[in-house]
Amino acid sequence: MSAVLPTAPATIVPRVGLLSVKSWGAVFAAIIFVAVLMPVLNLLVPAGSALHASDYAVQLVAKIMCYAICALAMDLIWGYTGILSLGHGVFFALGGYAMGMYLMRQIGSDGQYRLPMPDFMVFLNWKEFPWTWGVSDSFIAQMLLVVLVPGLLAFVFGYFAFRSRIKGVYFSIITQAMTYAAMLLFFRNETGFGGNNGFTDFKRILDVPIATPSMRMLLFVITGLTLIGFFLFARWLVSSKFGRVLQAIRDAETRVMFTGYDPLRYKLAIWVISAVMCGIAGALYVPQVGIINPGEMSPAASIEIAIWAAVGGRGTLIGPIIGAFFVNGAKSWFTQAFPEFWLYFLGALFIAVTIFLPQGIIGLVRRKKDAT
Amino acid sequence: MTPELMAAGARAKAIHDGLLLPGKTESGGREASYSRVATGELDVTHGAILYLDDITVSFDGFKALNALSLSISAGEMRCIIGPNGAGKTTMMDVITGKTRPDLGKAFFGSTIDLLRLRENEIASIGIGRKFQKPTVFEQLSVFENLELALKADRGVRSSMFFRLNGEQLDRIGAMLTLIHLKDSAQRTAGLLSHGQKQWLEIGMLLMQDPKLLLLDEPVAGMTDEETERTAELFLSLEGNHSLVVVEHDMKFIGELTQNGKNGKKVTVLHEGSVLAEGLLSEVQANEKVVEVYLGR
Repeated sequence: MSAVLPTAPATIVPRVGLLSVKSWGAVFAAIIFVAVLMPVLNLLVPAGSALHASDYAVQLVAKIMCYAICALAMDLIWGYTGILSLGHGVFFALGGYAMGMYLMRQIGSDGQYRLPMPDFMVFLNWKEFPWTWGVSDSFIAQMLLVVLVPGLLAFVFGYFAFRSRIKGVYFSIITQAMTYAAMLLFFRNETGFGGNNGFTDFKRILDVPIATPSMRMLLFVITGLTLIGFFLFARWLVSSKFGRVLQAIRDAETRVMFTGYDPLRYKLAIWVISAVMCGIAGALYVPQVGIINPGEMSPAASIEIAIWAAVGGRGTLIGPIIGAFFVNGAKSWFTQAFPEFWLYFLGALFIAVTIFLPQGIIGLVRRKKDAT
Repeated sequence: MTPELMAAGARAKAIHDGLLLPGKTESGGREASYSRVATGELDVTHGAILYLDDITVSFDGFKALNALSLSISAGEMRCIIGPNGAGKTTMMDVITGKTRPDLGKAFFGSTIDLLRLRENEIASIGIGRKFQKPTVFEQLSVFENLELALKADRGVRSSMFFRLNGEQLDRIGAMLTLIHLKDSAQRTAGLLSHGQKQWLEIGMLLMQDPKLLLLDEPVAGMTDEETERTAELFLSLEGNHSLVVVEHDMKFIGELTQNGKNGKKVTVLHEGSVLAEGLLSEVQANEKVVEVYLGR
């Protein structure tokens, strides 16, 4: 990460670019993978071939890429700023719901009841849309809400929490309470978001059928490019002076204050950025997985995001992405092979990482590299 | 209701009652003038850079500061000594906004009311503080520590797009030389020795270009040689900066005041207020001081 130059007395500054040449190579390889290789392997290579990427694989990778965005967002706030959020699931879910509302409207009259309203509203005998659905038939407006709703919630919550100087485990607990409260709210039918069933059975997006292979692949490519884009954005953020102030807040917040920086603004900025990233991840997740329900706001879902970041390696940007792939890859294999043991494995993994790999998988790789 | 509004109201009533012609005021149309009040700017024309009056702080009934009054002149270096619990650190907390006093006034220059400002604002107007325990950003390099402390816009957006220019780079380079850390510029600050951390923190304070430096036990954990160099450094700062040094180490105080030969004053705190003030030799001869502190 930070360039460890041999100390040459003449130059006191390391001038590092955004990424090293090798890392740029990896970024381009990732772009080729998501934008060229996967589409070719999925759409053009015949299904019988050994090289064919199945629809299942595409969907799984897409889902994990959404999770990886969350893990990256978590790392910015936890790994770099030292603020552990156990409520990031709420931002993910809100982004997902904003997208889901639009997709529900796109169903039109093709629902079970053949009426122009979503089935759950018909079932509740509602005659008109609640105010929250005011702009739900506009794609652009809902996409704005994907950003604005999580952003606004994060801003208001963060402003009051950081202004009151709530820190450490107390902050984590109230984020957990926040996501739990949101979950209970969304469970209720009266709230107008489909109760415990949430939204599902989507048919179209932008009037194009959603379940076709090409649409699925398009969403996959968009998700992959978004992940790579966010990675570069996060890289830029943490390598700027802003990023160093964040790390300084993590290490010695009072010193930051007595150096003249207002930690509130910095924490609020990264908190909102992180929440918005999660919201966008949620919006990409919903059309590909085909369902959003209040389960995404459960405390456990938010804790899992923190686990991905911890397993991969906090305070590095690639770590959380690797962590998200590793844990979710293991999850999808485990839940097929030994479904009843998955949670034990997850718990054991978290304990093992905490005790033996405080730097996560990335830390292990680095140690190996240093040893040779 | 602000004084301006009240004055405007009184004027309107006077005009209404026919006592005053519109456009005229009691002062003959002259506005009240507040000369030299430039908010946010340090005004030391009256000589004092720091003025504490009657500051009282109590924690659960215990008076950490008891009607403390103290005044530091611009460019002065003042040493403050006192036994444990005398209120030295609490005094610094009050000046830097960490603790709000129950009573009293604290002014920076003659215009800036410190009790209205938050910690980071106080730091921005030119008061730098070194903590008792050296606090640097342990995960960042020495260079990055100084870069963050460098006087520049503290806003979020300007930090995102911040780039060092040549002049700033030179300043950091000069500071690295001054604090003898040039060869460690790229080292992680957490790996420095205790004394080096103290120096780094002092360097960070100086990068902020403060008018007033508050130094809480700056030589704790330093070797004799480092202590000597620190005394030299502080003496060289005097004039451009005002310094308040809180210290236990009488040898260091002796070096700073050159045993009273350079006319530097020493203040002795005891139980939250000033017990004695004067040259080191005078203070050392003071019976009350001997009793509570020196003569242990």
